[in-house]
Amino acid sequence: MIRLIGVEKKLGGQPVLQGIDLSIPVGKLTTIIGRSGEGKSVLLKHMIGLMQPDRGEVWVGDVEISRLSGTRLNDVRKQFAMLFQGAALFDSLSVFENVAFPLREKLHMKGPAVARRVEEKLEEVGLAEMGHKFPAELSGGMRKRAGLARALVMEPEIILFDEPTTGLDPLMAKSIHDLIVTMHRRFGFTAVMVSHEIPEIFAISDWVAMLRKGKIAAMATVAEFQRTTDPEIHEFISVGGTVALPGSLVG
Amino acid sequence: MTNVIEQLGAWVVIRVREMGRMLLFVLSACAWLVRPPFRFHQIMKQLHFLGYRSTFVVVLTAGFTGMVLALQGYYTLRKFGSEGLLGSAVALSMIRELGPVLAALMVTARAGSAMTAEIGIMRITEQIDALDTMAINPLQYLVSPKLVAGVIGVPLLVAIFDVVGIYGGSLVGVDLLGVSEGAYWNSIESAVEWKDVYGGILKSISFGLIVSWVCCYKGFYTRQSAEGLGSATTEAVVLSSVLILVGDYFLTSVLL
Repeated sequence: MIRLIGVEKKLGGQPVLQGIDLSIPVGKLTTIIGRSGEGKSVLLKHMIGLMQPDRGEVWVGDVEISRLSGTRLNDVRKQFAMLFQGAALFDSLSVFENVAFPLREKLHMKGPAVARRVEEKLEEVGLAEMGHKFPAELSGGMRKRAGLARALVMEPEIILFDEPTTGLDPLMAKSIHDLIVTMHRRFGFTAVMVSHEIPEIFAISDWVAMLRKGKIAAMATVAEFQRTTDPEIHEFISVGGTVALPGSLVG
Repeated sequence: MTNVIEQLGAWVVIRVREMGRMLLFVLSACAWLVRPPFRFHQIMKQLHFLGYRSTFVVVLTAGFTGMVLALQGYYTLRKFGSEGLLGSAVALSMIRELGPVLAALMVTARAGSAMTAEIGIMRITEQIDALDTMAINPLQYLVSPKLVAGVIGVPLLVAIFDVVGIYGGSLVGVDLLGVSEGAYWNSIESAVEWKDVYGGILKSISFGLIVSWVCCYKGFYTRQSAEGLGSATTEAVVLSSVLILVGDYFLTSVLL
């Protein structure tokens, strides 16, 4: 569904992406890993057209989006939702209004239909009684949950997760991961996640891709990925403790 | 020497590019205004913020500006035995120059800086990207209503400024310094012409556009840091104020 072909991008004169070739499997949860500053979030932003590549192509279905803008790009974006690192909730709106926002703006829904759908999503992410609160009154984990509810409310085909557990304690990070997996299984969307959380991501992902020096160094299923003989990848995932993980936690 | 020319050339290129980007920014925001969905609620919200909530500071500034103008004018005109012209001096100064300029500067300080900060924070915290991912154009949602609010709100504030300033002048000139009330108001009636009012309205519309345009632009393209946001807010206020004063000169020279 999403394909990147030879994508190159420089930021401030520095090459960040140097020929990315990547296909995201439909309906699967694919996680992109890599060291800090390798350009994982930049890569994610290319998939939804928030950034345009200097070279290369980005395909969503049968549409090449890297040169699209305006209404045509917005038409493609209707298939997407994105959970940002800081959740990116609108701080002038309550949690309820945040989740209702895309329904009102894009589907022009009003009244009880909006309330029903928003409350349903808030309940799914465990924020049933929190609709009246403002983002500033929420903890980091609750903000991520509210962001996830907003991402889910339009029932998109693809959801992008940009480091969804950054800044959370291990228990909260686990609960967000569990929530993502539960929602992914229930709704069957294609998920692309950028994360540092090794080894946890090996327990929840279907596919793992590693970004190294601006290129995709490897992309494989979790089991294949862990059997890698590439010393750098091995070192990267070993530091996270994956190699020592019990089998039950892997895949 | 070559180095200096190189640096100068680079500076010019950066400025020209920035000006081009600013122009495209405002043209795009205007184009999005006439495309559905029409955001009437957003426009009213921005009018309330920029207009209604600036009223107090505008009234305060206008009152004291009129009062000091009357005080200065009275002692100057008395030297020529023309105290009776005080009303026209105050009214013409207010309507032609001080009303549009000072009201726009007050709006820049109160609402313009807040616009830059609001949009800048939205940029830094990825709220603008979030709008994009929802297929909602951020220019249409955030910027266009603020442009409309500036173009409508500033002229209304200028009208209030002018009226309060003239009454402030009357308070000092008539009630404190003893100028005849009839002379004060009659001189206004005979001196102020439609073209003065028209010029003031034209200026206030232009200044309203400048404030919203510059302040939204600086917030929209703020650098991704707290320091960047601080600089953007300062730049927005300074650039808006300078453009208002420069624009005032050129508009006056055209209108006179």
